[in-house]
Amino acid sequence: MSAKIKIITGNDLRTGDVIWWTGEGWSRHVDNAVAVDHDADAIIARENARQVVTDTHVIDAFAADGTVRPAHIKDRIRALGPTVRLDLSLKPADPQAGNWVI
Amino acid sequence: MYQYDQHDQAMVDARVAEFRGQVARRLSGELTEDQFKPLRLKNGLYLQLHAYMLRVAVPYGTLNSAQMRVLGDIADKYDRGYGHFTTRQNIQYNWIKLADAPDILADLAKVQLHAIQTSGNCIRNTTADHFAGAAADEVADPRPYAELLRQWSTFHPEFDYLPRKFKVAIIASETDRAAMRLHDIGIQIVKNEAGEIGCKFFAGGGMGRTPMIAPCIAEFVPALQMISFLEAALRVYNRHGRRDNKYKARIKILVHEIGVAEYSRQVQEEFAHILTLGLEPPPAELDRIKAMFADPGLETGLSDDLDRSDPDFALWVDQNVHAHKQPGYAIVTISLKPTGGIPGDATADQIRLMADLARDHSLDELRVSHAQNIVLPHVKKADLYRVWQALDAAGLATPNLDLITDIIACPGLDYCALANARSIPLAQKITERFADVGRQRELGELKLKISGCINACGHHHAGHIGILGVDRKGVENYQLLLGGAESADTSLGTITGPGFSEDGVVDAIEKVTDVYLARREGAERFLDTYRRIGMVPFKEAIYG
Ligand code: HEM
Ligand code: SF4
Repeated sequence: MSAKIKIITGNDLRTGDVIWWTGEGWSRHVDNAVAVDHDADAIIARENARQVVTDTHVIDAFAADGTVRPAHIKDRIRALGPTVRLDLSLKPADPQAGNWVI
Repeated sequence: MYQYDQHDQAMVDARVAEFRGQVARRLSGELTEDQFKPLRLKNGLYLQLHAYMLRVAVPYGTLNSAQMRVLGDIADKYDRGYGHFTTRQNIQYNWIKLADAPDILADLAKVQLHAIQTSGNCIRNTTADHFAGAAADEVADPRPYAELLRQWSTFHPEFDYLPRKFKVAIIASETDRAAMRLHDIGIQIVKNEAGEIGCKFFAGGGMGRTPMIAPCIAEFVPALQMISFLEAALRVYNRHGRRDNKYKARIKILVHEIGVAEYSRQVQEEFAHILTLGLEPPPAELDRIKAMFADPGLETGLSDDLDRSDPDFALWVDQNVHAHKQPGYAIVTISLKPTGGIPGDATADQIRLMADLARDHSLDELRVSHAQNIVLPHVKKADLYRVWQALDAAGLATPNLDLITDIIACPGLDYCALANARSIPLAQKITERFADVGRQRELGELKLKISGCINACGHHHAGHIGILGVDRKGVENYQLLLGGAESADTSLGTITGPGFSEDGVVDAIEKVTDVYLARREGAERFLDTYRRIGMVPFKEAIYG
């Protein structure tokens, strides 16, 4: 069963890396993203104020069996990295990554 | 080639220092993202799907070997070992760190390059014929005019907040190799009956969601009034161009809405006024610039002989080498479109190799073509074999120029935040399906262009075969267009009908090429056959 959730994403201000809100901080792996609710705006405001993340926003996703999959293909590719350069994507660190993009 | 004087250098250096301060203030939190974003965009730094992306301007597509080498070094030092050459003759780096951006700009400034005006509603980098200065059919080298235009448009305060971005292309021959009429303003350098050099102006072309072919707005403007005329054309646009609706803000909409006659009338009126103000740069400035382009050091009396005994070499010569104006020389186009590759991408090592070849065999010059290839404009025929061997060893000798696998593709959904669908994997599949060179050559000139969304960065409207990525309920879908062109006979493609999946579109292209092979007459290219027989037979084959 997968549950429809909302998660927060953004980019690391310094490196530009795509990052996901884990409830405590930011992760580079989408699986570490946690569901947010009415608290999203407050989290974004607080994190933006720390000036370490940029372009923070909420997206739709599905959670199932400890994995998180963005609902839209654009966000799934954002989570993985370029599908034409898997060497530069999450895949080297997580061989399962990429099986869920399309 | 043009060399910066102290004014050019001081301007660029000052910009680097200014941006360094802005980045430092952003990193310290003194500037918010809302404050910083317009500043970084002014310096070509975008935030794309995965990271910061830096777009570096290559003025009118011309580079020397030192500049090219630095482009390679930047890919290694600050990015992930590669860069992407674009249809706007620029290069983009996909993985830039914010803190590095000022250092990159400083490295670029040392070789007279920058990222100024590569974003925003200003006059963008001027593009030009990539064979400029080498082609036999040009009436003059268009680059001195492009350089004058660069100086005029750089930091031009009146045109820093236009209604929308503004792109100028300049050519100097009847063969349009720069998609000139698909630009906001197109300039063709021409000679009048008295033998004087002047500019034929076109205005209101563009791609995007409302593609238009620029009509001619002035048959002949003396070359020494080019800047005044441009000033007038921009001024009328700046005054009346729509600022209320982003999708109606380009000059093409203005020219279309008020009509070319009325737009031209207003430009002429403004032009007459501007001529009284004496805004035109002094003739001495154009002469100074011209002198720097005059002679790249071509030798005379060289032989045109070529040993074609190596068949792979002969094939490459037939496909990728063009005639040069000077006997004994040739123009080499290096294809960045290997089978299964990413159109326009080159590794740091490949970029540096091309720089070395330019230094040793092309009088230190390179060009970036709008078809995302690299040109060595002045290669001695006697050196061709050696150049080919070096390219071949580096995977850069694909003999497919202007063939079906010489695909223009925008970054699409693999890199671009605005995309609806991926462009690159489709390009890869098409090159794999049509990998056989014999088959490609049998199909002849066939320009295939792919955009990942309606913005049309991949020129799909102007492809003999064009592909547009769309989002169909969250799934990538591709529309097929036929009959576009961007040369002297510019035309816009027509959508065949319902869209396809990625594999479906590759099959459809194969059917389209089958119809062409079955129906062509004589030496007709695909485009000629399409124009003669029309869409119906192709549609029947695809959907029938
Ligand atoms: C990846 C970041 C990019 C973004 C955000 C972007 C954005 C846009 C947008 C919004 C337009 C439509 C403008 C309009 O219709 O008013 C456009 C047009 C265009 N872009 Fe891009 N683009 C990107 C990359 C590229 C690349 C990589 C190239 C070259 C390969 C390119 C070349 C062009 C061209 C040729 C056009 C159509 C000409 C015209 O302006 O009408 N762009 N782009
Ligand atoms: S055409 Fe669309 S998808 Fe392709 S680069 Fe331009 S904006 Fe991005």
